[in-house]
Amino acid sequence: MAITSSIDRLADRAAGATPPQMRHTVRGLSDRGIAWLFIAPTIVLLLAINIFPLLWTLYLSFTNFKANRIGREIKWIGTRNYERILADADIWETLQVTAHFLFWTIALQVLIGFTLAWLINRQFKGHSFWTTVIVLPMMLSPAVVGNFWTFLYQPQIGLFNYAVSFFTGIDPSSFQMIGSVNLAPWSIVIVDTWMWTPFVMLICLAGLRSIPDYIYEAAEVDRATPWRQFWTITVPMVMPFLMLAVLFRGIENFKMFDLVVELTSGGPGSVTELASINLKREAFEKWRTGYSSAFAIILFVTVFGAANIYVKALNRVKQR
Amino acid sequence: MIGGTKTAHSIVEPTPLAKRVSGVIIIIYALITMVPLAWIFATGFKTPSDSISYPPKILFDPSLEGYVNLFTTRTRQTPEYMATLPPPTTWYDELVRSRKMVIAGPSKFGERFTNSVIIGFGSTFLSVFLGTLAAYGFSRFKVPLKDDLLFFILSTRMMPPIAVAIPIFLMYRNLGLSDTHLGMILLYTAVNISLAVWLLKGFMDEIPREYEEAAMIDGYTRLQAFRKVVLPQAMTGIASTAIFCLIFAWNEYAFALLLTSGTAQTAPPFIPTIIGEGGLDWPAVAAGATIFLIPVLVFTILLRKHLLRGITFGAVRK
Repeated sequence: MAITSSIDRLADRAAGATPPQMRHTVRGLSDRGIAWLFIAPTIVLLLAINIFPLLWTLYLSFTNFKANRIGREIKWIGTRNYERILADADIWETLQVTAHFLFWTIALQVLIGFTLAWLINRQFKGHSFWTTVIVLPMMLSPAVVGNFWTFLYQPQIGLFNYAVSFFTGIDPSSFQMIGSVNLAPWSIVIVDTWMWTPFVMLICLAGLRSIPDYIYEAAEVDRATPWRQFWTITVPMVMPFLMLAVLFRGIENFKMFDLVVELTSGGPGSVTELASINLKREAFEKWRTGYSSAFAIILFVTVFGAANIYVKALNRVKQR
Repeated sequence: MIGGTKTAHSIVEPTPLAKRVSGVIIIIYALITMVPLAWIFATGFKTPSDSISYPPKILFDPSLEGYVNLFTTRTRQTPEYMATLPPPTTWYDELVRSRKMVIAGPSKFGERFTNSVIIGFGSTFLSVFLGTLAAYGFSRFKVPLKDDLLFFILSTRMMPPIAVAIPIFLMYRNLGLSDTHLGMILLYTAVNISLAVWLLKGFMDEIPREYEEAAMIDGYTRLQAFRKVVLPQAMTGIASTAIFCLIFAWNEYAFALLLTSGTAQTAPPFIPTIIGEGGLDWPAVAAGATIFLIPVLVFTILLRKHLLRGITFGAVRK
């Protein structure tokens, strides 16, 4: 029994190894043919749904097109949209709001994320369980979570205001996180930091774990103080990882939309109107398609250019 | 023995006290970050009046009103009309009537959730299928301009979604794809494919070429070697890539908000609009959020080993 079945299996394998007819047709495909056959669908899809629309945006940015008026003739107006954007005070304000958001979210996330990673790296009991717990907010839907944060931020009944008043004694109905011009920009920084600090933490943790023990041992032999070890070993060795984390957060937060739209929808007034939110208002509420296309192109070129310069700097840090 | 075997390590090993202190700080931080999530979960089981009481109620009588409100639409009725109705047949009928209302029909939440499932799984299947092929191509063959193509694929991720939303909106309107499942599946596939290609290329690079070469010497063709040797080896990678694609499609909001309104709308733009009497019905919103977020929580826990790799497009592999 056992012998026949193993012989059967051997025969099967032999048959599988030398397939009949099929072989000629498949052999006809060279490696190069397979390579293109495999890669082409992806490229075609990206060309159709990413590059073609981008080129269309580029074209529209030189016209006075309005998407809510279909029949009207599209007029080529040269670079007038771009000139108007550069002279538009609202756009500069939007960029300032975005810069404030970018600076503070990244600063806080790097600071807290690195500290958390540094503590977790001491490998106390249960550290991997708690790491998983900390990571959870980052994977959730920003829109759904952002929407719920508006409930936490309610003056009077919201848990956030209650917690602040519990620890500081300030009357919970005396301040509004989302409703006030001064606090709203911080309310979005807080939620983004809550959500994305784990991202920076995970990358820093990978950086810390990549440092071999023997470097610290050598430093110990040289009687370097822990303070000195931290600044001459830990920080420089984690730096490439940290820079990578900043790159990812920078790109993501530069185009931030979902979380903040659901939190404040740009308000009050326009104090939390990030670039993407401004773009959405111009394109889908005021229907200034040409104008907003030009702004979209400016934003894309900025991210793309900045990311390229940054990656070059990152590579230089890595080589050191 | 005394100290002899330990010396090399004990220099860099933190002291027990340092470990304990860091453990305590981390646990406190973890508990604080969990508060908003716990609050979503708890609010789902509160009555509307409990949910907006001051001070916020930590202990309360659990109620399923939020979940009933999430799945139904209700109308307010006069007591006279209520008196003419036959007695309630189900517990949710009874619950709704105790609020002087009757159930008018199912809400749209079920549909929106189903849309999220269809579009999420559809686009995940497509991006992993195309991504696997492309990743194999990039991993194993000499492709002209390979690095440029790979960077091009990655750079599509840097665009703000709103920037391409305008022409996609116009394009879909012309093709009849706006507010359709197919349109959203294609769009999310295009968004996720960069992630799929980069992650899967990393996983495939880790499979030694010798395996396929050995199979090909045994008479397998290139395609057979791919199917019978490489694919089984890459299965863990493919599975975790699929989960990442699913989570991103599941959470996507901007395109869903701008390009869908009815038939193909997914849950993220819908959940915030669940409105009750006098503003938002927070228990119902929280119930919807809970149902929507739990699958992602489960997947994140399953994925934890590959999490870092996924969120950095394979740039950091641990």
